Amino acid sequence: MQNDVFKLGGHEFTSRFILGSGKYSLDLIEAAVTHAKAQIITLALRRANSETEQILDYIPKGVTLLPNTSGARTADEAVRIARLARACGCGDFVKVEIMRDSKYLLPDNAETIKATARLAEEGFVVMPYMYPDLNVARDLVSAGASCIMPLGAPIGSNRGLATKEFIQILIDEIDLPIIVDAGIGKPSQACEAMEMGCAAVMANTAIATAGNIPQMAEAFGKAIEAGRTAYLAGLGRVLEHGAAASSPLTGFLAD
Amino acid sequence: MKVNGSVYSDFSGSILQLLQQKNLSAERVAVEYNGDILPREKFVETFPKDEDVIEIVHFVGGG
Repeated sequence: MQNDVFKLGGHEFTSRFILGSGKYSLDLIEAAVTHAKAQIITLALRRANSETEQILDYIPKGVTLLPNTSGARTADEAVRIARLARACGCGDFVKVEIMRDSKYLLPDNAETIKATARLAEEGFVVMPYMYPDLNVARDLVSAGASCIMPLGAPIGSNRGLATKEFIQILIDEIDLPIIVDAGIGKPSQACEAMEMGCAAVMANTAIATAGNIPQMAEAFGKAIEAGRTAYLAGLGRVLEHGAAASSPLTGFLAD
Repeated sequence: MKVNGSVYSDFSGSILQLLQQKNLSAERVAVEYNGDILPREKFVETFPKDEDVIEIVHFVGGG
C-alpha cells in the first residue's frame, strides 16, 4: 500500500478522500482534515462584502485546495468562477459543477462538457461533476478532464450509491480516475465505492451532518482505505447458487 | 460604480484602497473588473470610475 499513489493532474496523493468544507464550523476543519488524513479539500467562491473569518486560515498547510464552480448554471458561468478561483492564487484545480435544476441539484452534463473543454484548454486540472453516463464520460475525456466525478445520489442527500451500476460502467470503460462525488452518506458506502474500483471518494454532507464531525471524518478515511485495500486485494467470488464450505469436509468425528 | 451587485457611491481611490475600505485582504480575494480578472499587482494602479462594474470574491466552505 506504500506505493499506492493516487495521481491526479500531474500531482500525487496518498489519501483518496476528498473532503468538503461546507456546512460546518471553520474551527472543525483542521480536526476533520487531520482525522480524515485528507490531502484535498473543496471550497466554494462567493462575493466578499466585508472581512469575515477566512477559511484559508483554517486549512492546514500542504492540503491541496479544490475550488468548485457551485452557483454556475451555464458553462460560461463555470469558466468565470474557475478563473476567479485561480486568481485567488490557490492553484489550478477546479471541480466543475453546473446546475440548472434547483430542486434535485442535478448536474447539466452538456454544459459540463463545454466548460471542461474550455478550462482544460486554459490549463486547469478539471474535475467535472456529472450524472453517470458513459457517453458523457467519454466526451469529458476528449474534452481534457483529469478525472470523472459521477454522483452517487443527489447532493446532500446521504442516500448512498443509488447510481452504482452506472458508476461501475464508468470504472470499467473510462481510462481516468473515477471519483464518486455527492450522495455518499456513510463510511460503508464510501468503502463500497472504493471496492468497486473508484479512485477516490468525495464527501461533505455526511461529515457535516454527523454527530461528531472529526470522528466521522476519521471513519470515512478508514473506510476509504479499507475499500481501496480490498479492491487491490481482489474481492472473492460470489456464488450464484448453493454454498461452499469454508472448513475441510473430511476428518470429521462422525464416520 | 457597482461593487458585488450594489451601487457604491462616493468612492475615489484605487482598487486596493477599495479593498482596504471594505476591510478585505488583497491576498485573499480575486477581483473582476468590468468582466475581466484584474491581476493582484494592478490593484494599486487601477482607479475605478462611475460606470465600472466590480466583483470581489473569496473562498468560503463548500462541497
